[in-house]
Amino acid sequence: MKIHEYQGKQILKKFGVTVPRGIHCTTVDDAVKAAETLGGSVWVVKAQIHAGGRGKGGGVKVATSLEKVREYAGQILGMQLITHQTGPQGQKVRHLLIEEGADIKHEYYVAALTDRATQSVAIMASYEGGMDIEEVAHKTPEKIVKVFVNPLVGLTDEQALTLAKGMGMNEASIPQCVETLKNLYTCYMETDASLAEINPLIHEGDGTVKALDAKFNFDSNALYRQEEIVAMRDLDEEDADEIEASKFDLAYISLDGNIGCLVNGAGLAMATMDTIKLFGAEPANFLDVGGGATTEKVTEAFKIMLKNPKVKGILVNIFGGIMRCDTIATGVVAAAKETHLSVPLVVRMKGTNEDLGKQILKDSGLPIISADSMAEAATKIVAAVK
Amino acid sequence: MSIFINKDTKIITQGITGKTGQFHTEKCIEYANGKNCFVAGVNPKKAGEKIFDVPIFGSVKEAAAQTGATVSVIYVPPPGAAAAIWEAVEADLDLAICITEGIPVRDMLMVRNKMKEKEAKGGKKTLLLGPNCPGLITPDEVKIGIMPGHIHKKGRIGVVSRSGTLTYEAVGQLTELGLGQSSAVGIGGDPINGLKHIDVMKAFNDDPDTDAVIMIGEIGGPDEAEAAMWCKANMKKPIVGFIAGVTAPAGKRMGHAGALISGGADTADAKLAIMEECGFTVTRNPSEMAKLLKALL
Repeated sequence: MKIHEYQGKQILKKFGVTVPRGIHCTTVDDAVKAAETLGGSVWVVKAQIHAGGRGKGGGVKVATSLEKVREYAGQILGMQLITHQTGPQGQKVRHLLIEEGADIKHEYYVAALTDRATQSVAIMASYEGGMDIEEVAHKTPEKIVKVFVNPLVGLTDEQALTLAKGMGMNEASIPQCVETLKNLYTCYMETDASLAEINPLIHEGDGTVKALDAKFNFDSNALYRQEEIVAMRDLDEEDADEIEASKFDLAYISLDGNIGCLVNGAGLAMATMDTIKLFGAEPANFLDVGGGATTEKVTEAFKIMLKNPKVKGILVNIFGGIMRCDTIATGVVAAAKETHLSVPLVVRMKGTNEDLGKQILKDSGLPIISADSMAEAATKIVAAVK
Repeated sequence: MSIFINKDTKIITQGITGKTGQFHTEKCIEYANGKNCFVAGVNPKKAGEKIFDVPIFGSVKEAAAQTGATVSVIYVPPPGAAAAIWEAVEADLDLAICITEGIPVRDMLMVRNKMKEKEAKGGKKTLLLGPNCPGLITPDEVKIGIMPGHIHKKGRIGVVSRSGTLTYEAVGQLTELGLGQSSAVGIGGDPINGLKHIDVMKAFNDDPDTDAVIMIGEIGGPDEAEAAMWCKANMKKPIVGFIAGVTAPAGKRMGHAGALISGGADTADAKLAIMEECGFTVTRNPSEMAKLLKALL
């Protein structure tokens, strides 16, 4: 689960990381009031959407007067902000963060994330902040310093100092940087984050270390014990179909192709998508119906897939284990009838009660195309939509 | 032979009285020698009772001491699952198999590091399979987990995969071609887990009754590449490899928490390339895994 920058900064502040003073708002008038409340002569007007790359897309502006704050807030609120992470359709801006200006002397990068290989928490830091860290990692990996934290011990003073020095932190700011890193680690663990990134972390003219941005991702498995984080969820920022699917315990992700697919199991679902591509078409979605599919669940899955106007055909691939093929077949027939299915449908079923399932499909009187292997199913659906 | 388990393995079921635990325990007991293998269940509130004729004990330690069991399978719900793993480790079992899906990553980080600390201090090493995995099976001997037993056939091919249904797909293809399996192992789809591809490949390499292996991976993480490098230097048996997720976009979690592309090295294309370099017969068509393997024998 993701949250907005202004929420991320509230969390960082709670854990002792210094952030600029700022006020979250949703109207132009409130944006101007926020700037008045903050005082000073420079403000930053920041679009709040979950995607990164907001600055380049025109979603972050520096204002030197209240009139400018009003002007920029008016421009940004309600705009379709397009960044490299939003896709070509962009994301509508509904929230703003108005912040006091910062006296930036240098921009650094820090992040915490779980490292699978070492089964520890990796803290990364770099002198090259403010820019795309993946590019830094790719071109000049030596400019990123990393430490791996044993969660039974926590981030030690020594490790934090290694990072602060390794990232080239301003000498006078090192003690506060060490504190910041330790607080970031504590925050990462206690909020069950899967990513906590500050890009940029800056030092100011007076040596103060401040987080100018905050990007968080949280472990969805742990949300049951993170009430405060769950309260920050903004459904406007998430795909409406994915939310709808999750209500029925379906894992759904929309993609760009035109073949809808319904599969049991995440690995098999990916393999099915890959097979569709291999035989010359593109999948319209990832959809895992999970282990305990019912007729109702299959019907909902069909409805969600068919909401996508690009879908020109559907491939159902089920490996019946605990879930029986006849159960799925009954669900498919009911779903096809209820949705008045008008696109070609190929069904491939294997495993438990396979023959019973095939018979149900055949007896339904519906024009369902049957297939024995994934490859055959993909060939048939690709041919049917052409 | 087989890897990790066989018809003589004695097993404890943690979470035996829950809905999932009951459902699958019954199926496991019905399969092959299951009646003799599943010797104990654990639930502190129901100690002294029986379920499917299996005695329930108050703790894993007690169950192990009373029955001589060396393996446990865990169906405990996510909030308590990491603690259940630790209980199996503290009882010095050989192997704990955690089926539970949805355990917080932080809990797995903690328990994995506690396990490593115990080993570093000279304590007994308990292997962990999973979490979020289908379990493992040695056909016609014993099935521990949620896979459908009837698709398997006893034989000499090893199967290892992160995903459940994709493991079944490979097994189903093999059985259809008349190729039986020595053992089939699902290592699970979580980012922080126990046994990895490399550990299972080592076991298959050492197993005299395994002739060849199908290794299936997914996008995300370094595990398949690590296993491939090890195989290049050590593996004496032919391997067919497949990686799911060529069409998966970066930054989107594909069902499994672990199936998320984070950098450039963990895409399906990158992993397929490394596996090919390391001598695997790789395919982009998951329908031909067994056919390709048959051609290698």
